[in-house]
Amino acid sequence: MGSRVTFFEVEILDWKTKQQLCFLDKVEPHATISDIRLMFHKSYPQWYPARQSIRLDPKGKSLRDEEILQHLPVGTTATLYFKDLGPQIGWTMVFLTEYAGPLFIYFLFYFRMPFVYGLDDKLTSSPHPVVNLACICHSFHYIKRLIETIFVHRFSHGTMPLRSIIKNCFYYWGFAAWLAYYINHPLYTPPSYGQKQINIAVIMFLICEAGNFSIHVALSDLRRDGSKIRKIPYPTKNPFTWLFFFVSCPNYTYEVGAWISFTIMTQCVPVGLFTFLCFIQMTVWAKDKHYTYVREFKDYPSLRMPIIPFLL
Amino acid sequence: MASSEEDGAGGGSLEEKEKGRKRRLGALATAWLIGYNIAMTAGWLVLAIAMARFYMQKGTYKGLYKTIQKTLKFFQTFAVLEVVHCAVGIVRTSVLVTGVQVSSRIFMVWFITHSIKQIQNEESVILYLVVWTVTEITRYSFYTFNLLNHLPYFIKWARYNFFIILYPVGVAGELLTIYAALPYVKKTGIFSLRLPNKYNVSFDYYYFLIIVMASYIPLFPQLYFHMLWQRRKVLHGEVTVEKDD
Repeated sequence: MGSRVTFFEVEILDWKTKQQLCFLDKVEPHATISDIRLMFHKSYPQWYPARQSIRLDPKGKSLRDEEILQHLPVGTTATLYFKDLGPQIGWTMVFLTEYAGPLFIYFLFYFRMPFVYGLDDKLTSSPHPVVNLACICHSFHYIKRLIETIFVHRFSHGTMPLRSIIKNCFYYWGFAAWLAYYINHPLYTPPSYGQKQINIAVIMFLICEAGNFSIHVALSDLRRDGSKIRKIPYPTKNPFTWLFFFVSCPNYTYEVGAWISFTIMTQCVPVGLFTFLCFIQMTVWAKDKHYTYVREFKDYPSLRMPIIPFLL
Repeated sequence: MASSEEDGAGGGSLEEKEKGRKRRLGALATAWLIGYNIAMTAGWLVLAIAMARFYMQKGTYKGLYKTIQKTLKFFQTFAVLEVVHCAVGIVRTSVLVTGVQVSSRIFMVWFITHSIKQIQNEESVILYLVVWTVTEITRYSFYTFNLLNHLPYFIKWARYNFFIILYPVGVAGELLTIYAALPYVKKTGIFSLRLPNKYNVSFDYYYFLIIVMASYIPLFPQLYFHMLWQRRKVLHGEVTVEKDD
């Protein structure tokens, strides 16, 4: 009949106390959750949109920014629940902090700062070429990551809780210090199989770094138009991307490969332990991603495994 | 039915829940658990009696550890099965919590008292042994009676009250024992790996033990207050749904 617009009323309640925090009237039916977040932010300036979890149920999942009010299962008076996610930090800042730390911490040990190995060995250098090589590889790995964070990655979610980054930094920075300590130690022992072992490791390292970079570029190209829609990644002309035939997350496969090669190169147990933990972590992430793909796309290639071809 | 199993107002919901849970347990699992808990109760009783007899006959505790060490090692190590019980699901406790508890016991028995012979006659060893013995006898008999659905109130009372004194005393015994072991660890370099070696890693057991001792500081209050909170819920009959232990 008439083209009268029915405005919505939105009340926002605290998820725990159910107390009404905010009442918005005359909300456009095609308003998005993002718009509602901005309106809520006006009433509560300390809760910027990134730290607002808005949900339909007090304990439900957070609604996405793109969701449209009239498409939600609500009446014309919508009741939404708010939970404060705590201070948030943008993904870019997260990665820059997490990657810059290990890069610089390693140098403290490589250049043998006086407080590290004692005054007798301060500022000396190692007689073993592999120690210099290890520093180059480690630094290359993190510089590449920093460059990718700034120029290549397109992040889907905006932020991460601040508490997580402190926990993560302890972990990554701590491990970097621990493995750098042994590799650059005056009593470091070079690999048992000598130059052969080192050469194989370097070649493997370069292949994996190139592979990892290729995958990141390929994934980034999927979102070249700035969309947030998930698409199935496919192999391109770049041979390194052909791993997509066999796994859903070849970037993780290559990453684990790079750390395995670094372990072989340095023959250092802390590096091996770090590699093992990375492998576990990335397998969890890869499985998650893989099953999300499988659920979302009916025509998802059935040959693909999450992280290791045919196996895992 | 004024039986001693009913523990008054509010306890009923917990009892029912436990009875219900047991109903869901197979007969085989129940039989196994009852057998396990009876055996462990008996084992720690034997240990208690052996310790008491030694002291009554010799009048001293020097050499006591050496006498009871085999029994202690056997029954304490056997407790690793409790982690399996949780993993398999026949006991509804977190695998992680049980794992941590059993690990700390295994650590004290094998990596401190057994390995560092010079501290075996320390008073602190007797201290934690007595605490462990009383605690375990109470705990395993509690589980046994629970599984048999005939829990005497005094066992329940003991389980939820003894710890108030026993837990801090036990911690004191353990910490003092580790502290006593430190000089010998430093001297012998036991469990330590020095550089250079082809694995390019080192481990200093001495500093590791210091870190272990330090970790009691945040962990002990948390566990203690958790047990106090559980005690309040169970004994003062608050009607809430609760996870066992």
